[in-house]
Amino acid sequence: MEYSIDISNIGHEYDGKKVLDGINLQIGSGEVLGLLGPSGAGKTTLIKILTGQIEQIRGNAVILGKDTRKFKGSDFKKLGIMMDNFGVYERLSCYDNLKLFARIYGIPQEKINETLSDMGLRKAGKTLAMNLSKGMRSRLILARVLMINPSILFLDEPTSGLDPASREHIHRLILKEKEKGITICLSTHNMMEAEKLCDHIALLHEGNIIEYGSPAEICRKYNHQKKIKIHLYNGKDIELFNDKSSARIVEHYLANEMMETIHSTEPTLEAVFMELTGRGLE
Amino acid sequence: MVTNIAAIFQKQIKDTFKNKEIFIQFIMFPILTIIMEHAVKIDGMPPHFFVNLFAVMYIGMAPLTCMAAVISEEKEKNTLRVLLMSNVKPVEYLLGIGGNIWAICMLGAGVIGVCGEYRGGIFGRFMFIMAVGTLVSILIGAAIGIWSKNQMTATSITVPVMLVFSFLPMISIFNTKMEKLAAITYSGQISRLLDKMEISTESMAVMVFNMAAAMVLFGYAYRKRGLE
Repeated sequence: MEYSIDISNIGHEYDGKKVLDGINLQIGSGEVLGLLGPSGAGKTTLIKILTGQIEQIRGNAVILGKDTRKFKGSDFKKLGIMMDNFGVYERLSCYDNLKLFARIYGIPQEKINETLSDMGLRKAGKTLAMNLSKGMRSRLILARVLMINPSILFLDEPTSGLDPASREHIHRLILKEKEKGITICLSTHNMMEAEKLCDHIALLHEGNIIEYGSPAEICRKYNHQKKIKIHLYNGKDIELFNDKSSARIVEHYLANEMMETIHSTEPTLEAVFMELTGRGLE
Repeated sequence: MVTNIAAIFQKQIKDTFKNKEIFIQFIMFPILTIIMEHAVKIDGMPPHFFVNLFAVMYIGMAPLTCMAAVISEEKEKNTLRVLLMSNVKPVEYLLGIGGNIWAICMLGAGVIGVCGEYRGGIFGRFMFIMAVGTLVSILIGAAIGIWSKNQMTATSITVPVMLVFSFLPMISIFNTKMEKLAAITYSGQISRLLDKMEISTESMAVMVFNMAAAMVLFGYAYRKRGLE
């Protein structure tokens, strides 16, 4: 099987300090991979390697069948890259910012307004980028990325520093691309975001992948308590073992319509990260 | 290639008109020339004194500072990285930005030339001298822009370089040592060319030497730092 992203034994250092060590990952077409970890875990460095911005010291990274170290200009046409520090032309309008890249990529001018509408920026088309809010600016950068119809999206902290409404807007846009079957690799330190958007998650800590799997799988794997929490209509909270010894009790609550909510007790991704590293994601 | 150059050229036109710091560089000396040429008349003053003085200053300042400022700003804000990752080649970017600055400077030079009442062949020679001088300044500005990681570094390098090339021809009027020094710089030779309005072999040789030196400087900066 040919993977959209195939990483084997990637290692990288800055000034002799290891930032990535023996990273292995394979991402199939249409998958969404989340690189989850705190600042300094190596997420951005990995994305920079995958997008050919820097060369790794060890290992191989193959994107759409091509070694990232051999990327040429035309290879970038297949990649949609949104880095945390990528800027926009402040003194140009949203429309003109997109127009520049539409010309470079040979995209018809009609697509610009279409993209602006999709991003909820149609009314801000003539607004200078310098006058946009942080959320709108992020959407403009994402618009520039999505306008080119990339085969793979690399999103480095796409919602970093955004208010909840703007974050939700960006999430909707990413999910829309996911529905189209675009392969997406996104980095985040927000576990809710990772759970919501990603098929698979790689938990990164000090340049190593310390856990990999779907968010539900990871949480189930670290569910040491194996209990269920029940909230009854009478206000009582009950904790039961998640085994056959509790079956009759649960059946009783159900039969008498006493149960308001029932939850399993698997940990959150943040709790898993804490268990594995002794520190939080923020 | 042409599409990318044209796209960047057009982007830069729009950006220039909204960037006061850059725009003022382009119009300051043409406006000063119009004002001074018509407002100040002193007996014994050489013909076209202000025209030639400001023309040299224009060449030494506008293309050099603008090129360095534009490139360093794009590096600082990572828009240049985005362009280069969008299949834009470095040469296309430099031609787009440099072409734009050269074209606007030539418009400014045209205004200065018209103000000096140059007509016909003399106007053509004036524009030719300005065109070559602007090109050398653009190369030096590009080298500074490429060398600098951000706008602040670019400004701190640009200002002394710009002052040397802009004011050396003027200072050389009062000092023979400075005159010798000015004779080996392109701005000094441009000053001489504009005074005589004759394109001499010596002046052209110095200009070609300066251009070659600027290209070497540019090549060195590009190899060392690139556009990233």
